[in-house]
Amino acid sequence: MPEPVVKIRDLRFARGNRLIFDGVNLDIYADCVTAIMGPSGTGKTTLLKLIGGQLRPLSGSIRVYGEEVPHLGRQALYRLRRRIGMLFQTGALLTDIDVFENVAYPIREHTRLPEALVRDLVLMKLEAVGLRGAAQLMPGQLSGGMARRVALARAIALDPMMVLYDEPFTGQDPISMGVLVKLIRELNDALDLTSVVVSHDVAETCAIADYAYLLSDGKVVEHGEPDALRESSSDWSQQFLKALPDGPVAFHYPAVSFRDDLLQGGQR
Amino acid sequence: MLDAIQRLGRVTLGFFERLGRGHLFLLQVLVSLPGIVLRPGLVLRQMYSVGVLTLVIIVVSGLFVGMVMGLQGYNTLVDFGAEESLGVLVALSLVRELGPVVTALLFAGRAGSALSAEIGLMKATEQLSGMEMMAVDPIQRVIAPRFLAAFLSMPLLAAIFSAVGVYGGWFIGVGLLGVDDGAFWAQMQDKVDLYDDIYNGVIKSIVFGFVVGWIALFEGSDTLPTAEGVSRATTQTVVHSALVVLGLDFVLTALMFGD
Repeated sequence: MPEPVVKIRDLRFARGNRLIFDGVNLDIYADCVTAIMGPSGTGKTTLLKLIGGQLRPLSGSIRVYGEEVPHLGRQALYRLRRRIGMLFQTGALLTDIDVFENVAYPIREHTRLPEALVRDLVLMKLEAVGLRGAAQLMPGQLSGGMARRVALARAIALDPMMVLYDEPFTGQDPISMGVLVKLIRELNDALDLTSVVVSHDVAETCAIADYAYLLSDGKVVEHGEPDALRESSSDWSQQFLKALPDGPVAFHYPAVSFRDDLLQGGQR
Repeated sequence: MLDAIQRLGRVTLGFFERLGRGHLFLLQVLVSLPGIVLRPGLVLRQMYSVGVLTLVIIVVSGLFVGMVMGLQGYNTLVDFGAEESLGVLVALSLVRELGPVVTALLFAGRAGSALSAEIGLMKATEQLSGMEMMAVDPIQRVIAPRFLAAFLSMPLLAAIFSAVGVYGGWFIGVGLLGVDDGAFWAQMQDKVDLYDDIYNGVIKSIVFGFVVGWIALFEGSDTLPTAEGVSRATTQTVVHSALVVLGLDFVLTALMFGD
């Protein structure tokens, strides 16, 4: 078995008094699409920020390409980030420059390439996501799906080794969803990328993932290949993967009995 | 009673914590300033949006403030037969006080609030986070050029305000009320001192540019990434800038002209 490119051990992380992760162990292997799934609020985005070094854990180890991320100094962290692309849920495009300049941005910031080469590179990346024709549009003129594809072109602008996708399918119509699903898989295979997809869109994510982790209550509940997870005997996994309204995760928010509440008389 | 003390403690601690964060933020900005020298284009673009776009409100306000000074000053001075000193009155008030202070207040309202809103929205839409993940330091790339632009624009705007104001006073005094043209300028030349008056006024506006830029950018980047957070940041920029500018003006005036 090859060494994983991301190796997380005993990860603990808290926001205020709330413990988000309590002993998470997770491995991500090169050239694979790894899905990290779980209900909203389980800290999936937080996990990506921990991998990218934007947040620091309470304790535990996060090794990315052999480097211990929480212990890295600023320079080393920035060097590591140049090998990682990240697609934010909102796209996070710079709103004061057009699509072309957004994709050119990381290239211009980190390299001293001649303008003609920058142009060719940007057009190649935009062609890969099918938006070469939109190069002159401003981010405000793009639909949500297009904005995410531009952000994806920007994320792969510096030919990273790994791309982190934060909820790439949320709020997308079926066509853009299909486009994004196809793009993530094809880019992963064509560019020999390592992809980490954080999502709660089970069907789409399982369709392209080589391996999946299910997170809940600060722990990895289950992991394995998507087909194996679907056969899982865990009630929780079945409820989550099949989108059942009731199960171990109750439909009702915890409360006193309905009868007592009604008979309480007038008081809120 | 205990509750009240607890609340007071919490508010006080919160205030000092924020003050500390503000100073750390300033330190980060100052440390990244040298890197900006290599990319003057970034600063120039910001000077356009922070400085040039504020020019209209500065020129119009300067003109009217000068005209009001001319009118009020003439009415007072004429009772003592000293209306020829109108030029001195207008110029000294503008160069020493009104130029730097009113410019700083207008600057906070026009450019400071815009800076806060821009940075706050960039934070809310994850643009700053996105830059960090692209290994681009947002402090150096976004904050520092804006800070430097505010710092450099303020003395220039204050100078323009004062100059336009003097012409406003001249227009009313000499043009409409019949003060002697030669006396207006000659007395001004005689009484306005380059070091005591003009340099001290410039020092004031440099200090105000520094604090207004700092407050506006800190409020923007320290805000909660929500609509309410951004709106609060812009309001606080204007309120805090105004209070700090007026407070500092008193301190600086006492230091410069106190003896």
